[in-house]
Amino acid sequence: MQASRKPAPMNGAAALLHALEDLGVTQVFGLPGVQNIEVYDALLASDIHHVLARHEQAAVHMADGYARATGRVGVVLATSGPGATNTVTGIATAYMDSVPVVVITGQVATASIGTDAFQEADITTITLPITKHSYLIKEPGELVPSVFEAFYLATSGRPGPVLIDLPGDVARAPVRYRRPASPPQLPSYKPTIKGNARQIKAAAELIAGSARPVLLAGGGAVSSGASSELITLAEQNTLPVVTTLLAKGVFPASHPLFRGQPGVYGAPGANAALQEADVLLAVGTRFSERVTAEAEGFAPNARIIHIDIDPAEIGKNIRVDVPIVGDAATVLAALRERLEAAGGRAALSGATGEYAAGDEAVLSEAAVNGIAQGEAAENGAVGDGVLDVPPHNPSSGADAFGENATKHCFAALGALLREHDDVIITTDVGQHQLWASHLLDVDEPRRFITSGGLGTMGFGLPAALGAQVACPEALVLCVSGDGSFQMNLQEMATAAVQGLPVKVLLLNNHSHGLVRQWQELFLEQRYSHTLLSDTPDYVALARAYGWEGRTLDLADWDSGDGASRRLTEDLCWLLETEGPALLDVVVPTSDLLEPMVRPGGSLSEVI
Amino acid sequence: MAEHTLSILVDNRPGVLTRVTGLIARRGYNIESLAVDRTEDPRLSRVTLVATAEDVPLEQIKKQLHKLINVHKIVELSAADSVDRELALFKVRAGTAERPELIKLAGVCKAQVIDVGSDTLTIEATGTHDQLAQLEELLSPYSIVETARSGKLALPRGRR
Repeated sequence: MQASRKPAPMNGAAALLHALEDLGVTQVFGLPGVQNIEVYDALLASDIHHVLARHEQAAVHMADGYARATGRVGVVLATSGPGATNTVTGIATAYMDSVPVVVITGQVATASIGTDAFQEADITTITLPITKHSYLIKEPGELVPSVFEAFYLATSGRPGPVLIDLPGDVARAPVRYRRPASPPQLPSYKPTIKGNARQIKAAAELIAGSARPVLLAGGGAVSSGASSELITLAEQNTLPVVTTLLAKGVFPASHPLFRGQPGVYGAPGANAALQEADVLLAVGTRFSERVTAEAEGFAPNARIIHIDIDPAEIGKNIRVDVPIVGDAATVLAALRERLEAAGGRAALSGATGEYAAGDEAVLSEAAVNGIAQGEAAENGAVGDGVLDVPPHNPSSGADAFGENATKHCFAALGALLREHDDVIITTDVGQHQLWASHLLDVDEPRRFITSGGLGTMGFGLPAALGAQVACPEALVLCVSGDGSFQMNLQEMATAAVQGLPVKVLLLNNHSHGLVRQWQELFLEQRYSHTLLSDTPDYVALARAYGWEGRTLDLADWDSGDGASRRLTEDLCWLLETEGPALLDVVVPTSDLLEPMVRPGGSLSEVI
Repeated sequence: MAEHTLSILVDNRPGVLTRVTGLIARRGYNIESLAVDRTEDPRLSRVTLVATAEDVPLEQIKKQLHKLINVHKIVELSAADSVDRELALFKVRAGTAERPELIKLAGVCKAQVIDVGSDTLTIEATGTHDQLAQLEELLSPYSIVETARSGKLALPRGRR
């Protein structure tokens, strides 16, 4: 065999699979149909593992969960027409949260495009506003280069979903496979990685001179892999840290400098830290209105430094004093070096000592004492006023979130999860999502997976399946509500068939709880269509799908009776069951998610 | 509402115009005029568009356009440092009596008669938006049957 010989032709579908293998793909999620039948045929000859979803939307959420748990690209196969349109919510979810997903849809033959052929949908146009880029492959020669480009675009710069629409005749056409040069040459696409040195210097000076700095980390810090840089920078300069919903875990919840999650439904300590800050270092966040509340009243006294890889996010929602376009980890490292060279914030702000890892206990104690006495921490190791805001402490400080059965359930769950090593939590959307984000401790990035931007109910279960495929050894727990769970529960079949031992904690309040809460608080208790019935019987449903199921009624919860003990027993059962299992916990419909910011109000206006 | 002229270099490929115009519409801009054709480099097209917006900052639209993979360059052109032209065709009701008058008028306005029918005359004119509006007003007493206008074309003055 001569090396220079032309490669033997294969069909487009085989070339696609070959390209995926060359890109390191080992896992895809999807559903076959007539227009991607060749791709599924080629899959039989490939080493790539496939998970057959029961609905294309769920297939995208699985790929999304896989991508969020690992940082690798999640790959989806779907057929044309309804198969393609079913992916839309999944793609929008990934787009809003900047998740690298590549969706490969079948399309009718090129000659039939535009004729309203059977199962034809113009999916590239339909998904224009919710994809980073998309391809309609009309020439067999474009296929392989487009796949490589799609992966490059999905993962580089600000990550996001990319769609490849592959007509059936192109999948059947002969293609000579040649691996393209990598990375692809795209003259119009050059993400900025290194931050501007002058701006970094300006940021370092602001931080060095600050009295009440706060570091706000968002989802971009997770995609950039900036966790350890964040921790080092925060520790060296004694910066209290708050993290957004999408960044949960990028800074350890157990760290004494952690102040929780801010926002409209935020932790009081986190919101107070932002509102009182004199310098705000924001990293990889788009300042969503769920984080800032009313923009004018957000961090009113702070000079704002904003690091983001997407220049369009800078100045979009919030005025910024020092904009830095670049990769979060790269810019944070440069900023840390600048501050190190200047002796760090503590040195410049006049504090006597330097905060090091070994001082954690002292720092934590000082902070707690400061709070208990209603005065600022006076330990010499910290700068003036930095630690006035109490550290985040879900297990003992959760009283800020009120006392009710649902919260009690999270407290019990949190205690049990601490006994497990590798836990991945996924959530659906609603009250349970926000309770979970405030009350469950997560110490590592990519271990709390939730739909933040789009707020997609039905995300939790398929995302859990994707995460479990990615991390077979992890304990994957989906915290859901009865409204959300019924939006993708058909994937219980996928879990059973694939042997994916995910756990579902279903907080069943027989309602669309967060909407109901708004009706209660702002629409004079007119509960229009938010009450769900006690149907289905979730234990019977679990059994029907080959799962284990249990139910526990906490509707009349009272800490005095045996409910606490039964709750702990059942949660233990859930976490320790070998296969997929569901625990249906009936909680009072009246449990409210509190505190919350008045609609239209600033972060300081809590009701 | 302020009017802005953007000159956008894009890949000369199917679907690119939809990406550009779709994004502008989505972000709250109204497109007043649009002209597209390939440039001296056949791989690239130039989109010249005039847009007005209520309160979405233009800077944000430019940043969002830059994020499109097929967009290479965006320049905002101001009246002071650019030249611009539009093309218009006016079909005017004209019997034998009106013809000489209209042909004279066209000449004075540096427009050309490009078609003469039994009872119509078609006049071609190139100029700025205001010049063409002026001509249209002059022609209106003769009863304009149909008009077609190009979008604005524009280039910055001087060397590249």
